[in-house]
Amino acid sequence: MRSAFVLAALAVAIGLAVAVSPFASSSPDGLNKVAEDKGFIDTGTVHRLQEDSPIPGYAFPGIGDDRVAKGVAGFVGTLGVFGIGFGVAFVLRRVRGSSTARAPGASS
Amino acid sequence: MTVMALHIPDGFLSGEVAAVAAVGAIAAVLYALRVAERDLDEARVPLLGVCAAFIFAVQMLNFPVAGGTSGHLLGATLAAVLLGPWLACLALAVVITVQAFAFADGGITALGANVLNMGVLGALLAGFAIRALLPLLPRTRAAFLGVVAGVAWLAVMVGAAATSVQLALSDTVPLDVTLPAMLGVHALIGIGEAAITVAAVGAVLAARPDLIALGGVPAAEDRIQGVPA
Repeated sequence: MRSAFVLAALAVAIGLAVAVSPFASSSPDGLNKVAEDKGFIDTGTVHRLQEDSPIPGYAFPGIGDDRVAKGVAGFVGTLGVFGIGFGVAFVLRRVRGSSTARAPGASS
Repeated sequence: MTVMALHIPDGFLSGEVAAVAAVGAIAAVLYALRVAERDLDEARVPLLGVCAAFIFAVQMLNFPVAGGTSGHLLGATLAAVLLGPWLACLALAVVITVQAFAFADGGITALGANVLNMGVLGALLAGFAIRALLPLLPRTRAAFLGVVAGVAWLAVMVGAAATSVQLALSDTVPLDVTLPAMLGVHALIGIGEAAITVAAVGAVLAARPDLIALGGVPAAEDRIQGVPA
């Protein structure tokens, strides 16, 4: 039951990222629009570490069709974020388990 | 066409402002890790993952607001309702960090500011405001969702204001120029944030009310209360 909810919610998230995100608005968002209007958009730079981003700008590389590229990026990203979030929480839970075993009540 | 970036890129903020914001974000995340060590139960391990994944996915769904502008979910209020304020900080930090490194969305030196503005400030505001307001209201679904909507809107406005202040402190653009513009557009984006947050919380409330960390179930509320100061 618990995992049924998690799987259903994950399926909804992946469905939205794959099937809906390619049709999302491509207008600049609030911050970018203000930056354009107020003339500081050009102060933005791309960090050296981001020049080799695996999926820059939510377009999966090597796919000609923009919408397919974004859908694939959404699929990979949503699953990846789930995995990392789950992994972080899993490790924290393990840490908690072992510290409780050593010294009850010790939280760090 | 430039790379589509939705968060603060590098270059908008001065090094000092970015560093101070990063210290704030890191402090919040470190504290959240301690809270997580103590409070993370078996059920919330997958929930943290799926909450982060859902927020990532829905942040890709830019919706149009006035005048050739779009907005997207920030998700801090949604995360705070489902996970409590501190675990919500962790979920948002995961989302925004992945966006910066894997998707080139939001700067690397600006990562702390993005985590602070879109994650920590909203999650703590939402978590503690909802917790404070609920005892004053009738314990009905409508009252709960009403508070969630209002707080979701407010969290977006606080994030927009914080970004404006950081831009001003960085000498990028004066506060009296950006603040009205940022608040104006985010007042509309906040309505979208409130609608999406209410829809998602409403769906969880219908399917699994026990998963709502704040409000719905008294036992769950008690469990996440009382983080030692």
